[in-house]
Amino acid sequence: MSILVNRSTKVITQGFTGAQGTFHTEQAIAYGTRMVGGVTPGKGGSLHLGLPVFDTVAQAREATGADASVIYVPPVGAADAILEAIAAGIPLIVCITEGIPVQDMVRVRAALEQSDSILIGPNCPGIITPDECKIGIMPGPIHRRGHVGIVSRSGTLTYEAVAQTTAIGQGQSTCVGIGGDPVKGMDFTDVLERMIADPDTHSIVMIGEIGGTSEIEGAELIRASGTRKPVVGFIAGATAPPGRRMGHAGAVITGGHETASAKIEALHAAGIHVSPSPAELGTTLARVLG
Amino acid sequence: MNIHEYQAKALLRSYGMPVPEGRAAATTDEAVTAARALGAPVTVVKAQIHAGGRGAGHFAGRPEGKGGVRLARSIEEVSEAADAMLGEVLVTLQTGPAGRLVRTLYVESGCDIARELYLSLLVDRSTGRLVIVASPDGGMEIEHVAAATPERIFKESIDPARGLCDYQSRGLAVRLGLKGREIRAFQNVVRAAYDAFTDLDAAIVEINPLVVTGAGDLLALDAKMSFDENALFRHPEVAKLRDENEEDPREREAAEYGLAYVGLDGNIGCMVNGAGLAMATMDIIKMEGEEPANFLDVGGGASKERVAAAFRILIGDPKVRGILVNIFGGIMRCDVIAEAIIAASHETGLNVPLVVRLAGTNVERGKALLAESGLTIIPADDLGDAARKIVTAVRNAGA
Repeated sequence: MSILVNRSTKVITQGFTGAQGTFHTEQAIAYGTRMVGGVTPGKGGSLHLGLPVFDTVAQAREATGADASVIYVPPVGAADAILEAIAAGIPLIVCITEGIPVQDMVRVRAALEQSDSILIGPNCPGIITPDECKIGIMPGPIHRRGHVGIVSRSGTLTYEAVAQTTAIGQGQSTCVGIGGDPVKGMDFTDVLERMIADPDTHSIVMIGEIGGTSEIEGAELIRASGTRKPVVGFIAGATAPPGRRMGHAGAVITGGHETASAKIEALHAAGIHVSPSPAELGTTLARVLG
Repeated sequence: MNIHEYQAKALLRSYGMPVPEGRAAATTDEAVTAARALGAPVTVVKAQIHAGGRGAGHFAGRPEGKGGVRLARSIEEVSEAADAMLGEVLVTLQTGPAGRLVRTLYVESGCDIARELYLSLLVDRSTGRLVIVASPDGGMEIEHVAAATPERIFKESIDPARGLCDYQSRGLAVRLGLKGREIRAFQNVVRAAYDAFTDLDAAIVEINPLVVTGAGDLLALDAKMSFDENALFRHPEVAKLRDENEEDPREREAAEYGLAYVGLDGNIGCMVNGAGLAMATMDIIKMEGEEPANFLDVGGGASKERVAAAFRILIGDPKVRGILVNIFGGIMRCDVIAEAIIAASHETGLNVPLVVRLAGTNVERGKALLAESGLTIIPADDLGDAARKIVTAVRNAGA
């Protein structure tokens, strides 16, 4: 067991024949991910990396029965690529692309709400269930099959958490990088509720940062669930200076709960073990697990 | 990307926003000419910098003096105000103690003010929708209103499929206590702000205060606009409004190479991949008792050139007494990072301690390259080790 992806998940790549799509699809195949094809408009009917190329996501879904799509399309076309995957009924969409305009994502989010598709990202490393399925850009070898669920807004901090949990002799059930964009697909609550319900996930590491309030909502979900799974948390940005953007309009909506200290307080209040330093995620978890 | 008040008002006016008559001026003569052309009984002279709190601020060296927004009742007073502000450094709560040099003024017709309201549009990240925020308490720091009297903040969320509906702005108008024709006027103000926001990929449109005049008209007395950097590619006319004088030169150089950089005041330069890890690296430097000189995210798929540019920016910063490179390679390959560090070090002449922590993709090759380079590089095994080593190295070098 794991969440969202496993060894039977069939995956296609959008932006398949581009440099990023090619490199990371090769890596995914080497890792053992069940890659079944890809999409590059205009190149339908050809083969790439030994897999069929399609002009549209609908054709790819029809021909391969793909359960998931990973998107390496440049920012100008990335929102459209997500919308195409939603329209084709792809159940799990993972968008790696960084730099998508926010208003494009506002439209994507509205389309998601009208669909059964789940989106991870954009601007994220992706999702991995170690030894079964790697969808995204994370380095495979740092992972080890185990029972720690990891969810994070930051890509490289996810790797940090993975490396540290592996270093203490634990492994991971599933790791989800939800991405750093203000408007995105899955948020902490969406991932955490699945990890709480997953029998294969015995403990959880959640890593947030300043801005927004989704860590606070995640902490509230953990508290309300009454789960007995230990949860370790960290919030990056305690020392970041206040934004230099004009005004602090974000605070108008949140009433000032976007700071690291407000989030750390919320995590503590939910019974989450907050790591004092980003270098102590693993040791904090080891102490909690006893 | 931020723009000046006068630029925001010109953009908003083109979408139908009622704004006072005004002209930008770079010299006292231009300010006087502008005031004469306006011919208003009262003229407002406003310093144009990318920071709020101008009226309550003060000019460097004159902490008891007047701020950056001044009323003038004659041409002589306009001239005096312009002389006192142009070429001087304005310090406000948002600029920090260093302040900002005033290069441009906005000379505007004064108006009589019956009420001051607040209006802004931005994307609410929790709903993923555009939200209109309004308050009857205009003219104040809105975050104070939000913290102290949240019941006086009104919001309307926009369904992207339907767009802004007039009933929503009418509803806000009524909650703000507007009456009669003021309601229609408010509806027009919101429509103009919304059209500008959505057409131009704004990040924020903020009108504070939005005034109701004695005659019952609405006017945007101050206006701030900021834009989504990711969408500037489709708005070249907006991108042209960038004022490089308002930006940190280090940040400007970084932006040319597609690096996310924020200059800070400490002495340990950081180069990290990923925003979260970059923030965490700053946090851990501070925990070890030193201050970071910057936030620098080289991004996920940075090229050798980009990494070398990042490294040059760090070495070129005179405040930097030591450099910490912290890379957890995913897309980014550690051997590419190592090659870039070696090339940039040879090119610029590394003269401060350098701690490098590499992990992830191709880490062994990266470490080997650094070890064979002949450069004095302190290798670190993990994040905690790296932070301790750079702090120790900087303190030893300073002793």
